[in-house]
Amino acid sequence: MLEVRGLNSWYGESHILHGVDFDVKEGEVVTLLGRNGAGKTTTMKSIMGLVPRREGSVTFKGAETIDLRSDLIARAGIALCPEERGIFASLSVTENLMLPPVIAPGGLDLATIYALFPNLKDRAGSQGTKLSGGEQQMLAIARILRTGAKLLLLDEPTEGLAPVIVQQIGRTIREIKKRGFTVLLVEQNFRFAATVADRHFVMEHGRVIDMIPNHDLAANMDKLHTYLGV
Amino acid sequence: MFMILGYPAPLMFGQLLLGLINGAFYALLSLGLAVIFGMLNIVNFAHGALFMLGAFVAWGLLNFLGINYWAALILAPLVVGAFGVVLEKAFISRLYKLDHLYGLLLTFGLALVIEGLARNEFGSSGVPYPIPSILQGAANLGFMFMPIYRGWVVLASAIMCLITWLVIEKTSIGATLRAATENAPLVQAFGINVPRMITLTYAGGVALAAFAGVLAAPIYSVNPNMGANFIITVFAVVVIGGMGSILGSIVTGFGLGVIEGLTKVFYPQGSSVVIFVVMVIVLLVRPAGLFGKGA
Repeated sequence: MLEVRGLNSWYGESHILHGVDFDVKEGEVVTLLGRNGAGKTTTMKSIMGLVPRREGSVTFKGAETIDLRSDLIARAGIALCPEERGIFASLSVTENLMLPPVIAPGGLDLATIYALFPNLKDRAGSQGTKLSGGEQQMLAIARILRTGAKLLLLDEPTEGLAPVIVQQIGRTIREIKKRGFTVLLVEQNFRFAATVADRHFVMEHGRVIDMIPNHDLAANMDKLHTYLGV
Repeated sequence: MFMILGYPAPLMFGQLLLGLINGAFYALLSLGLAVIFGMLNIVNFAHGALFMLGAFVAWGLLNFLGINYWAALILAPLVVGAFGVVLEKAFISRLYKLDHLYGLLLTFGLALVIEGLARNEFGSSGVPYPIPSILQGAANLGFMFMPIYRGWVVLASAIMCLITWLVIEKTSIGATLRAATENAPLVQAFGINVPRMITLTYAGGVALAAFAGVLAAPIYSVNPNMGANFIITVFAVVVIGGMGSILGSIVTGFGLGVIEGLTKVFYPQGSSVVIFVVMVIVLLVRPAGLFGKGA
Protein backbone atom coordinates (compact mmCIF):
# COMPACT_ATOMS: atom_id res chain seq x y z
CA MET A 1 0.00 0.00 0.00
CA LEU A 2 2.81 2.39 0.96
CA GLU A 3 6.34 2.08 -0.35
CA VAL A 4 9.08 4.40 0.87
CA ARG A 5 12.37 4.25 -1.04
CA GLY A 6 15.48 6.33 -0.48
CA LEU A 7 13.57 9.08 1.32
CA ASN A 8 15.70 12.10 2.20
CA SER A 9 14.42 15.14 4.07
CA TRP A 10 15.83 18.46 5.10
CA TYR A 11 14.84 21.23 7.49
CA GLY A 12 16.77 24.19 6.14
CA GLU A 13 20.41 23.15 6.27
CA SER A 14 19.87 20.10 8.49
CA HIS A 15 19.69 16.83 6.62
CA ILE A 16 17.37 14.68 8.78
CA LEU A 17 16.48 11.58 6.75
CA HIS A 18 19.26 9.80 4.87
CA GLY A 19 17.53 7.33 2.60
CA VAL A 20 14.64 5.75 4.51
CA ASP A 21 13.32 2.46 3.04
CA PHE A 22 10.29 0.52 4.23
CA ASP A 23 6.86 -0.53 3.13
CA VAL A 24 3.43 -1.03 4.64
CA LYS A 25 0.98 -3.59 3.29
CA GLU A 26 -2.75 -3.09 3.17
CA GLY A 27 -4.45 -3.93 6.46
CA GLU A 28 -1.22 -3.99 8.47
CA VAL A 29 -0.29 -2.14 11.62
CA VAL A 30 3.38 -1.23 11.32
CA THR A 31 5.48 0.69 13.82
CA LEU A 32 8.52 2.86 13.53
CA LEU A 33 10.63 2.38 16.64
CA GLY A 34 13.75 4.26 17.58
CA ARG A 35 15.33 6.69 19.97
CA ASN A 36 14.54 10.38 20.12
CA GLY A 37 15.94 12.12 17.09
CA ALA A 38 16.11 8.96 14.97
CA GLY A 39 13.82 10.56 12.38
CA LYS A 40 10.50 8.84 13.11
CA THR A 41 8.35 11.98 13.23
CA THR A 42 10.20 13.47 10.28
CA THR A 43 9.42 10.30 8.31
CA MET A 44 5.71 10.75 9.07
CA LYS A 45 5.81 14.41 8.10
CA SER A 46 7.75 13.61 4.94
CA ILE A 47 5.15 11.05 3.85
CA MET A 48 2.49 13.70 4.44
CA GLY A 49 4.42 16.39 2.56
CA LEU A 50 4.94 18.56 5.64
CA VAL A 51 8.71 19.10 5.39
CA PRO A 52 10.28 21.98 3.45
CA ARG A 53 12.33 19.68 1.20
CA ARG A 54 12.23 15.95 0.47
CA GLU A 55 13.63 13.63 -2.17
CA GLY A 56 13.36 9.95 -3.00
CA SER A 57 10.17 8.04 -3.57
CA VAL A 58 6.94 7.61 -1.61
CA THR A 59 4.34 5.64 -3.55
CA PHE A 60 0.85 5.15 -2.23
CA LYS A 61 -1.36 2.56 -3.94
CA GLY A 62 1.18 2.57 -6.76
CA ALA A 63 1.12 6.35 -7.32
CA GLU A 64 4.16 8.55 -6.67
CA THR A 65 3.43 11.30 -4.11
CA ILE A 66 6.88 12.83 -3.58
CA ASP A 67 6.08 15.96 -5.60
CA LEU A 68 2.52 16.42 -4.37
CA ARG A 69 1.31 19.18 -2.05
CA SER A 70 0.13 17.91 1.36
CA ASP A 71 -3.56 18.54 0.62
CA LEU A 72 -3.33 16.35 -2.47
CA ILE A 73 -1.55 13.61 -0.51
CA ALA A 74 -4.40 13.76 2.01
CA ARG A 75 -6.93 13.54 -0.84
CA ALA A 76 -5.14 10.41 -2.07
CA GLY A 77 -6.13 8.75 1.21
CA ILE A 78 -3.46 9.31 3.87
CA ALA A 79 -4.27 11.00 7.17
CA LEU A 80 -1.95 12.17 9.94
CA CYS A 81 -2.53 12.35 13.67
CA PRO A 82 0.44 14.57 14.60
CA GLU A 83 2.65 14.13 17.62
CA GLU A 84 1.55 17.42 19.16
CA ARG A 85 -2.06 16.34 18.44
CA GLY A 86 -2.90 19.54 16.63
CA ILE A 87 -6.17 20.27 18.41
CA PHE A 88 -7.35 23.76 17.47
CA ALA A 89 -7.94 26.09 20.41
CA SER A 90 -10.37 28.32 18.53
CA LEU A 91 -12.60 25.37 17.58
CA SER A 92 -15.04 23.38 19.71
CA VAL A 93 -14.67 19.61 20.07
CA THR A 94 -17.31 19.03 17.40
CA GLU A 95 -15.73 21.59 15.06
CA ASN A 96 -12.35 19.90 15.53
CA LEU A 97 -13.94 16.54 14.80
CA MET A 98 -15.70 17.76 11.66
CA LEU A 99 -12.78 19.83 10.34
CA PRO A 100 -11.03 17.33 8.03
CA PRO A 101 -13.12 16.94 4.90
CA VAL A 102 -14.41 13.50 3.95
CA ILE A 103 -12.22 12.47 1.02
CA ALA A 104 -13.62 9.01 0.27
CA PRO A 105 -16.41 6.71 1.38
CA GLY A 106 -15.60 4.11 4.02
CA GLY A 107 -14.77 6.34 6.99
CA LEU A 108 -16.43 5.75 10.35
CA ASP A 109 -19.73 7.49 10.95
CA LEU A 110 -20.27 9.73 13.95
CA ALA A 111 -22.27 7.12 15.87
CA THR A 112 -19.39 4.64 15.64
CA ILE A 113 -16.87 7.30 16.62
CA TYR A 114 -18.92 8.31 19.66
CA ALA A 115 -19.26 4.62 20.60
CA LEU A 116 -15.47 4.30 20.49
CA PHE A 117 -14.89 7.61 22.28
CA PRO A 118 -17.92 8.42 24.47
CA ASN A 119 -16.09 11.37 26.09
CA LEU A 120 -16.12 13.27 22.81
CA LYS A 121 -19.91 13.24 22.74
CA ASP A 122 -20.19 14.43 26.34
CA ARG A 123 -17.85 17.34 25.67
CA ALA A 124 -19.01 18.23 22.16
CA GLY A 125 -19.37 21.94 22.89
CA SER A 126 -16.15 22.43 24.87
CA GLN A 127 -13.20 24.31 23.47
CA GLY A 128 -10.89 21.73 21.86
CA THR A 129 -7.88 22.49 24.03
CA LYS A 130 -9.90 22.42 27.28
CA LEU A 131 -10.01 18.62 27.05
CA SER A 132 -7.62 16.48 29.06
CA GLY A 133 -4.52 15.17 27.29
CA GLY A 134 -6.10 11.77 26.81
CA GLU A 135 -9.32 13.22 25.44
CA GLN A 136 -7.37 15.46 23.06
CA GLN A 137 -5.51 12.41 21.78
CA MET A 138 -8.79 10.59 21.20
CA LEU A 139 -10.15 13.61 19.38
CA ALA A 140 -7.03 13.75 17.22
CA ILE A 141 -7.45 10.07 16.28
CA ALA A 142 -11.23 10.26 15.94
CA ARG A 143 -11.16 13.15 13.50
CA ILE A 144 -9.07 11.23 10.94
CA LEU A 145 -11.25 8.11 11.20
CA ARG A 146 -14.18 10.03 9.70
CA THR A 147 -12.48 11.06 6.50
CA GLY A 148 -12.33 7.77 4.62
CA ALA A 149 -8.51 7.86 4.49
CA LYS A 150 -7.35 4.25 4.60
CA LEU A 151 -3.76 4.80 5.71
CA LEU A 152 -3.51 6.43 9.13
CA LEU A 153 -0.24 7.85 10.40
CA LEU A 154 -0.35 7.96 14.19
CA ASP A 155 2.61 9.80 15.70
CA GLU A 156 3.17 8.71 19.32
CA PRO A 157 -0.50 8.47 20.29
CA THR A 158 0.33 7.13 23.77
CA GLU A 159 2.93 9.73 24.73
CA GLY A 160 2.42 11.04 28.25
CA LEU A 161 -0.94 9.34 28.81
CA ALA A 162 -2.24 7.30 31.76
CA PRO A 163 -2.14 3.48 31.37
CA VAL A 164 -5.92 3.18 31.21
CA ILE A 165 -6.02 5.59 28.27
CA VAL A 166 -3.11 3.84 26.58
CA GLN A 167 -5.19 0.66 26.78
CA GLN A 168 -8.17 2.43 25.25
CA ILE A 169 -6.00 3.65 22.37
CA GLY A 170 -4.67 0.11 21.94
CA ARG A 171 -8.25 -1.20 21.69
CA THR A 172 -9.03 1.50 19.17
CA ILE A 173 -6.08 0.60 16.95
CA ARG A 174 -7.04 -3.11 17.00
CA GLU A 175 -10.64 -2.13 16.22
CA ILE A 176 -9.74 0.03 13.21
CA LYS A 177 -7.37 -2.66 11.94
CA LYS A 178 -10.32 -5.07 12.06
CA ARG A 179 -12.26 -2.59 9.96
CA GLY A 180 -9.61 -2.71 7.27
CA PHE A 181 -7.62 0.46 8.01
CA THR A 182 -3.85 0.40 7.60
CA VAL A 183 -1.84 2.05 10.36
CA LEU A 184 1.69 3.38 10.52
CA LEU A 185 2.52 4.04 14.14
CA VAL A 186 5.42 5.87 15.71
CA GLU A 187 6.13 4.60 19.20
CA GLN A 188 8.72 4.97 21.93
CA ASN A 189 6.92 2.38 24.01
CA PHE A 190 7.61 -0.92 22.28
CA ARG A 191 5.70 -2.90 24.89
CA PHE A 192 2.61 -1.05 23.73
CA ALA A 193 3.66 -1.44 20.10
CA ALA A 194 3.92 -5.22 20.56
CA THR A 195 0.25 -5.38 21.56
CA VAL A 196 -1.03 -3.83 18.32
CA ALA A 197 1.54 -4.19 15.53
CA ASP A 198 2.33 -6.79 12.84
CA ARG A 199 5.83 -5.58 12.07
CA HIS A 200 8.33 -3.15 13.53
CA PHE A 201 10.85 -1.05 11.67
CA VAL A 202 13.75 0.24 13.74
CA MET A 203 15.15 3.66 12.85
CA GLU A 204 18.50 5.18 13.72
CA HIS A 205 20.23 8.35 12.43
CA GLY A 206 17.63 8.96 9.73
CA ARG A 207 17.61 5.41 8.31
CA VAL A 208 15.66 2.20 8.81
CA ILE A 209 18.21 -0.25 10.13
CA ASP A 210 16.13 -3.34 10.88
CA MET A 211 12.73 -4.96 10.55
CA ILE A 212 11.34 -7.29 13.20
CA PRO A 213 8.06 -9.18 12.69
CA ASN A 214 5.95 -8.97 15.83
CA HIS A 215 5.98 -12.75 16.37
CA ASP A 216 9.80 -12.66 16.47
CA LEU A 217 9.86 -9.81 18.96
CA ALA A 218 10.55 -12.00 22.01
CA ALA A 219 13.54 -13.63 20.27
CA ASN A 220 14.94 -10.23 19.33
CA MET A 221 14.56 -8.54 22.71
CA ASP A 222 18.31 -8.15 23.28
CA LYS A 223 18.83 -6.59 19.88
CA LEU A 224 15.91 -4.25 20.42
CA HIS A 225 17.23 -3.17 23.82
CA THR A 226 20.50 -2.25 22.16
CA TYR A 227 18.73 -0.29 19.41
CA LEU A 228 16.51 1.62 21.75
CA GLY A 229 19.00 1.97 24.57
CA VAL A 230 16.52 0.87 27.22
CA MET B 1 -34.22 73.58 24.76
CA PHE B 2 -33.72 70.05 26.09
CA MET B 3 -30.19 69.75 27.46
CA ILE B 4 -27.88 66.83 28.31
CA LEU B 5 -24.98 67.57 30.66
CA GLY B 6 -25.31 71.22 29.75
CA TYR B 7 -25.21 70.62 26.00
CA PRO B 8 -28.19 70.96 23.66
CA ALA B 9 -29.67 67.52 22.98
CA PRO B 10 -29.88 67.88 19.17
CA LEU B 11 -26.17 68.70 19.04
CA MET B 12 -25.43 65.70 21.20
CA PHE B 13 -27.55 63.30 19.17
CA GLY B 14 -26.31 64.73 15.91
CA GLN B 15 -22.72 64.09 16.85
CA LEU B 16 -23.66 60.68 18.21
CA LEU B 17 -25.11 59.80 14.81
CA LEU B 18 -22.07 61.15 12.99
CA GLY B 19 -19.92 59.08 15.34
CA LEU B 20 -21.97 55.98 14.61
CA ILE B 21 -21.62 56.55 10.87
CA ASN B 22 -17.86 56.93 11.11
CA GLY B 23 -17.89 53.94 13.44
CA ALA B 24 -19.79 51.93 10.83
CA PHE B 25 -16.98 52.55 8.34
CA TYR B 26 -14.27 51.91 10.95
CA ALA B 27 -15.96 48.61 11.83
CA LEU B 28 -16.33 47.38 8.24
CA LEU B 29 -12.81 48.38 7.27
CA SER B 30 -11.10 47.07 10.39
CA LEU B 31 -13.11 43.85 10.14
CA GLY B 32 -11.69 43.22 6.67
CA LEU B 33 -8.21 44.06 7.92
CA ALA B 34 -8.65 41.68 10.85
CA VAL B 35 -9.78 38.80 8.63
CA ILE B 36 -6.87 39.37 6.25
CA PHE B 37 -4.33 39.78 9.03
CA GLY B 38 -5.52 36.61 10.80
CA MET B 39 -5.15 34.45 7.72
CA LEU B 40 -2.36 36.08 5.71
CA ASN B 41 -0.34 37.69 8.49
CA ILE B 42 -0.20 40.76 6.32
CA VAL B 43 -1.20 44.28 7.29
CA ASN B 44 -3.12 45.28 4.20
CA PHE B 45 -2.21 48.91 3.64
CA ALA B 46 -4.05 48.80 0.31
CA HIS B 47 -7.33 48.53 2.24
CA GLY B 48 -8.18 52.23 2.03
CA ALA B 49 -7.43 52.29 -1.68
CA LEU B 50 -9.73 49.31 -2.24
CA PHE B 51 -12.45 51.05 -0.21
CA MET B 52 -12.05 54.02 -2.57
CA LEU B 53 -12.06 51.67 -5.54
CA GLY B 54 -15.38 50.21 -4.36
CA ALA B 55 -16.90 53.70 -4.41
CA PHE B 56 -15.51 54.40 -7.89
CA VAL B 57 -16.78 51.08 -9.21
CA ALA B 58 -20.26 51.98 -7.95
CA TRP B 59 -19.93 55.38 -9.63
CA GLY B 60 -18.77 53.76 -12.89
CA LEU B 61 -21.57 51.20 -12.81
CA LEU B 62 -24.13 53.99 -12.42
CA ASN B 63 -22.69 56.40 -15.00
CA PHE B 64 -21.55 54.01 -17.70
CA LEU B 65 -23.89 51.07 -17.34
CA GLY B 66 -26.85 52.62 -15.57
CA ILE B 67 -26.61 50.06 -12.77
CA ASN B 68 -28.25 51.43 -9.64
CA TYR B 69 -27.04 51.70 -6.05
CA TRP B 70 -28.62 48.46 -4.81
CA ALA B 71 -27.05 46.32 -7.51
CA ALA B 72 -23.74 48.15 -7.01
CA LEU B 73 -23.86 47.23 -3.34
CA ILE B 74 -23.44 43.62 -4.46
CA LEU B 75 -21.54 44.05 -7.74
CA ALA B 76 -18.84 46.47 -6.59
CA PRO B 77 -17.62 44.15 -3.79
CA LEU B 78 -17.53 41.30 -6.33
CA VAL B 79 -15.51 43.37 -8.80
CA VAL B 80 -13.09 44.59 -6.14
CA GLY B 81 -12.93 41.08 -4.66
CA ALA B 82 -11.92 39.73 -8.07
CA PHE B 83 -9.28 42.47 -8.25
CA GLY B 84 -8.14 41.28 -4.81
CA VAL B 85 -7.73 37.75 -6.18
CA VAL B 86 -5.43 39.16 -8.86
CA LEU B 87 -3.42 41.20 -6.33
CA GLU B 88 -3.03 38.21 -4.00
CA LYS B 89 -2.07 35.77 -6.76
CA ALA B 90 0.25 38.14 -8.59
CA PHE B 91 1.98 39.94 -5.72
CA ILE B 92 1.08 39.22 -2.12
CA SER B 93 1.36 35.42 -2.28
CA ARG B 94 5.05 35.78 -3.04
CA LEU B 95 5.75 37.36 0.34
CA TYR B 96 4.39 34.81 2.84
CA LYS B 97 7.83 33.37 3.56
CA LEU B 98 9.31 36.81 4.25
CA ASP B 99 9.04 39.21 7.19
CA HIS B 100 5.63 40.94 7.74
CA LEU B 101 7.28 44.22 6.87
CA TYR B 102 7.51 43.29 3.20
CA GLY B 103 3.77 42.73 3.00
CA LEU B 104 3.22 46.11 4.59
CA LEU B 105 5.58 47.82 2.13
CA LEU B 106 4.07 46.04 -0.87
CA THR B 107 0.46 46.85 0.02
CA PHE B 108 1.42 50.43 0.86
CA GLY B 109 2.96 50.68 -2.61
CA LEU B 110 -0.16 49.17 -4.17
CA ALA B 111 -2.27 51.76 -2.33
CA LEU B 112 -0.13 54.60 -3.71
CA VAL B 113 -0.40 53.21 -7.25
CA ILE B 114 -4.17 52.68 -7.10
CA GLU B 115 -4.80 56.11 -5.56
CA GLY B 116 -2.39 57.74 -7.99
CA LEU B 117 -4.16 56.23 -10.97
CA ALA B 118 -7.53 57.35 -9.62
CA ARG B 119 -6.21 60.89 -9.08
CA ASN B 120 -4.80 60.93 -12.57
CA GLU B 121 -8.14 59.89 -14.04
CA PHE B 122 -10.63 61.80 -11.89
CA GLY B 123 -8.63 64.60 -10.24
CA SER B 124 -8.56 65.20 -6.51
CA SER B 125 -11.96 66.82 -6.10
CA GLY B 126 -13.88 63.71 -6.94
CA VAL B 127 -17.23 62.97 -8.53
CA PRO B 128 -20.73 63.06 -6.99
CA TYR B 129 -22.86 60.00 -6.32
CA PRO B 130 -26.57 60.54 -5.64
CA ILE B 131 -28.40 59.12 -2.65
CA PRO B 132 -30.90 56.51 -3.95
CA SER B 133 -34.34 58.11 -4.03
CA ILE B 134 -35.92 55.77 -1.49
CA LEU B 135 -33.30 56.78 1.10
CA GLN B 136 -33.53 60.54 0.54
CA GLY B 137 -34.93 62.93 3.10
CA ALA B 138 -34.92 62.81 6.87
CA ALA B 139 -37.00 61.14 9.54
CA ASN B 140 -38.20 62.92 12.65
CA LEU B 141 -37.24 60.69 15.56
CA GLY B 142 -38.83 63.02 18.10
CA PHE B 143 -35.55 64.04 19.66
CA MET B 144 -33.79 64.81 16.38
CA PHE B 145 -34.05 64.74 12.59
CA MET B 146 -32.12 61.84 11.12
CA PRO B 147 -31.14 61.80 7.44
CA ILE B 148 -32.52 58.44 6.31
CA TYR B 149 -29.46 57.53 4.28
CA ARG B 150 -27.20 57.90 7.31
CA GLY B 151 -29.41 55.64 9.39
CA TRP B 152 -29.27 53.11 6.56
CA VAL B 153 -25.45 53.20 6.55
CA VAL B 154 -25.31 52.35 10.25
CA LEU B 155 -27.88 49.58 9.82
CA ALA B 156 -26.32 48.07 6.69
CA SER B 157 -22.86 48.10 8.26
CA ALA B 158 -24.12 46.47 11.45
CA ILE B 159 -25.89 43.76 9.44
CA MET B 160 -22.80 43.09 7.32
CA CYS B 161 -20.60 42.90 10.44
CA LEU B 162 -23.06 40.48 12.02
CA ILE B 163 -23.14 38.29 8.91
CA THR B 164 -19.35 38.21 8.73
CA TRP B 165 -19.11 37.36 12.41
CA LEU B 166 -21.69 34.57 12.06
CA VAL B 167 -19.93 33.09 9.03
CA ILE B 168 -16.59 33.03 10.82
CA GLU B 169 -17.78 31.88 14.24
CA LYS B 170 -20.73 29.62 13.46
CA THR B 171 -20.21 27.88 10.11
CA SER B 172 -17.93 25.05 9.01
CA ILE B 173 -16.24 27.36 6.51
CA GLY B 174 -15.51 29.70 9.38
CA ALA B 175 -14.20 26.82 11.50
CA THR B 176 -11.80 25.88 8.70
CA LEU B 177 -10.73 29.52 8.47
CA ARG B 178 -10.11 29.75 12.21
CA ALA B 179 -8.20 26.46 12.17
CA ALA B 180 -6.05 27.61 9.25
CA THR B 181 -5.31 30.85 11.10
CA GLU B 182 -3.99 28.73 13.97
CA ASN B 183 -2.09 26.01 12.08
CA ALA B 184 -2.28 26.25 8.30
CA PRO B 185 0.11 23.37 7.46
CA LEU B 186 -1.97 20.89 9.47
CA VAL B 187 -5.23 22.08 7.91
CA GLN B 188 -3.66 21.62 4.51
CA ALA B 189 -2.51 18.12 5.50
CA PHE B 190 -6.17 17.28 6.13
CA GLY B 191 -6.81 17.81 2.43
CA ILE B 192 -7.89 21.44 2.34
CA ASN B 193 -6.49 23.66 -0.40
CA VAL B 194 -5.08 26.33 1.91
CA PRO B 195 -3.46 28.53 -0.77
CA ARG B 196 -6.84 28.90 -2.48
CA MET B 197 -8.46 29.61 0.87
CA ILE B 198 -5.92 32.38 1.54
CA THR B 199 -6.68 33.96 -1.84
CA LEU B 200 -10.42 33.88 -1.17
CA THR B 201 -9.92 35.29 2.33
CA TYR B 202 -8.06 38.25 0.88
CA ALA B 203 -10.81 38.68 -1.70
CA GLY B 204 -13.45 38.55 1.06
CA GLY B 205 -11.61 41.10 3.19
CA VAL B 206 -11.26 43.60 0.36
CA ALA B 207 -14.86 42.96 -0.73
CA LEU B 208 -15.89 44.20 2.72
CA ALA B 209 -13.83 47.35 2.09
CA ALA B 210 -15.55 47.80 -1.27
CA PHE B 211 -18.97 47.34 0.36
CA ALA B 212 -18.04 50.12 2.79
CA GLY B 213 -16.91 52.18 -0.20
CA VAL B 214 -20.31 51.89 -1.89
CA LEU B 215 -22.03 52.84 1.37
CA ALA B 216 -19.74 55.85 1.64
CA ALA B 217 -20.19 57.01 -1.97
CA PRO B 218 -23.35 59.12 -1.44
CA ILE B 219 -22.06 60.61 1.86
CA TYR B 220 -18.60 61.74 0.88
CA SER B 221 -17.93 62.70 -2.68
CA VAL B 222 -16.31 59.79 -4.50
CA ASN B 223 -12.70 60.92 -4.53
CA PRO B 224 -9.24 59.37 -4.68
CA ASN B 225 -8.37 60.42 -1.12
CA MET B 226 -11.43 59.03 0.63
CA GLY B 227 -9.63 55.84 1.64
CA ALA B 228 -6.45 57.53 2.77
CA ASN B 229 -8.51 59.80 5.06
CA PHE B 230 -9.98 56.81 6.84
CA ILE B 231 -7.22 54.28 6.83
CA ILE B 232 -4.92 55.76 9.47
CA THR B 233 -7.76 55.92 11.97
CA VAL B 234 -8.80 52.40 10.98
CA PHE B 235 -5.32 51.10 11.76
CA ALA B 236 -5.59 52.69 15.19
CA VAL B 237 -8.95 50.91 15.60
CA VAL B 238 -7.36 47.58 14.66
CA VAL B 239 -4.54 48.10 17.15
CA ILE B 240 -6.98 49.05 19.91
CA GLY B 241 -9.27 46.10 19.18
CA GLY B 242 -6.43 43.62 18.96
CA MET B 243 -4.79 42.50 15.73
CA GLY B 244 -6.81 39.83 14.00
CA SER B 245 -9.74 39.88 16.44
CA ILE B 246 -13.07 39.75 14.59
CA LEU B 247 -15.34 40.76 17.45
CA GLY B 248 -12.73 43.26 18.62
CA SER B 249 -12.71 45.14 15.34
CA ILE B 250 -16.52 45.39 15.20
CA VAL B 251 -17.00 46.56 18.78
CA THR B 252 -13.98 48.86 18.72
CA GLY B 253 -14.97 50.30 15.34
CA PHE B 254 -18.42 51.40 16.45
CA GLY B 255 -17.24 52.31 19.96
CA LEU B 256 -14.45 54.59 18.79
CA GLY B 257 -16.72 56.24 16.24
CA VAL B 258 -19.06 57.17 19.08
CA ILE B 259 -16.22 58.34 21.32
CA GLU B 260 -14.91 60.51 18.49
CA GLY B 261 -18.39 61.93 17.87
CA LEU B 262 -18.97 62.77 21.52
CA THR B 263 -15.56 64.37 21.81
CA LYS B 264 -16.73 66.81 19.10
CA VAL B 265 -19.43 67.92 21.52
CA PHE B 266 -17.46 68.09 24.72
CA TYR B 267 -14.01 69.10 23.50
CA PRO B 268 -14.05 69.77 19.76
CA GLN B 269 -10.31 70.52 19.58
CA GLY B 270 -9.57 66.98 20.77
CA SER B 271 -11.78 65.12 18.33
CA SER B 272 -9.10 64.47 15.74
CA VAL B 273 -6.67 63.00 18.24
CA VAL B 274 -8.95 61.24 20.72
CA ILE B 275 -8.68 57.85 18.97
CA PHE B 276 -4.92 58.00 19.10
CA VAL B 277 -5.00 58.96 22.77
CA VAL B 278 -7.18 55.89 23.39
CA MET B 279 -4.69 53.84 21.39
CA VAL B 280 -1.77 55.01 23.52
CA ILE B 281 -3.64 54.20 26.73
CA VAL B 282 -4.75 50.77 25.51
CA LEU B 283 -1.26 49.90 24.33
CA LEU B 284 0.16 50.89 27.72
CA VAL B 285 -2.37 48.80 29.65
CA ARG B 286 -3.03 45.92 27.23
CA PRO B 287 -0.34 45.71 24.53
CA ALA B 288 -2.28 42.97 22.68
CA GLY B 289 -5.34 45.21 22.35
CA LEU B 290 -8.72 45.06 24.07
CA PHE B 291 -9.77 41.79 22.43
CA GLY B 292 -6.32 40.43 21.54
CA LYS B 293 -5.05 37.14 22.87
CA GLY B 294 -1.86 37.09 24.92
CA ALA B 295 0.86 39.70 24.68
